[in-house]
Amino acid sequence: MSIVGILGELLLTAGALILLFLGWQLWWNDAIMAGQQSSAASDLSSEWIEADRAARGSEAPPEPADYGDPVVGPAERASGEAFAIMYVPRFGEDSQRRVAEGIGLDVLNSNYLGVGHYPGTQMPGEVGNFAIASHRSAYGGGMHEVDQLQLGDAIYIQTQDGWYTYRFRDFEYVAPEAVDVLSPVPHRPELQPTDRIITLTTCNPLYSTDERIIAYGVLESWQPISAGPPAEIASIVATWES
Amino acid sequence: MYGALWRVLPGPVWLRIILVLILAAAVVFALFTWVFPLVDAYLNPIDVTVGDQ
Repeated sequence: MSIVGILGELLLTAGALILLFLGWQLWWNDAIMAGQQSSAASDLSSEWIEADRAARGSEAPPEPADYGDPVVGPAERASGEAFAIMYVPRFGEDSQRRVAEGIGLDVLNSNYLGVGHYPGTQMPGEVGNFAIASHRSAYGGGMHEVDQLQLGDAIYIQTQDGWYTYRFRDFEYVAPEAVDVLSPVPHRPELQPTDRIITLTTCNPLYSTDERIIAYGVLESWQPISAGPPAEIASIVATWES
Repeated sequence: MYGALWRVLPGPVWLRIILVLILAAAVVFALFTWVFPLVDAYLNPIDVTVGDQ
């Protein structure tokens, strides 16, 4: 067999291997990690609900009421610590993810975490900006469907303390260097915040890292964990308990 | 290369086709299970965050 023939076969093989790798990264591994991350998030959600039930004992949950200002958890979290669950119904079934402190690969590429909280930005329910990041494609793609958000869509954040309901407000498309979107008042770092907002950041366009898509939401309501999940997702959250 | 593999395989054409498919499946399985996760760890990470990383 000629040298050219062998070389040709080697090149074809290399091409096939690269295509296979892309298929593995963007679909196979993505789907596997998405499943692992969402079941890890369900487990943690149920764990917190159970812990609250155990702590309350036979005491009845509080009556529906105005629960006042949201409880804000401690600002100092260990890197990689999962302190919240993100659930966006618009992202589809099993889109719940653990939110952990830090935006390193140990969080974003983890097979049980997936969403990272920008250190130094505010915590859920706090006045200012609760800013988080996740993959758009591959590694479980915690924000794969971010571009499908519609005005008023719910973004639920659960912590050990309770449930925070944010409502999606608007998008922004920025360069990867645009750290201003993480300010307590986005783009206006000199201003004192008065609103409680959430900022989702991920890649744009899909399958590219050229830009970042930013999704902003505003806190609508808060309820303690003992009050149970918000009505809209109560039946879904119930299925997370195994 | 692949011509040699085809000649080495025993049996009639239909059996060789089945053998080739089994071999290919085994290769893909090995790639997906061991090789690609290893390669992935050495590739440039996909950056999804804002700021200087």
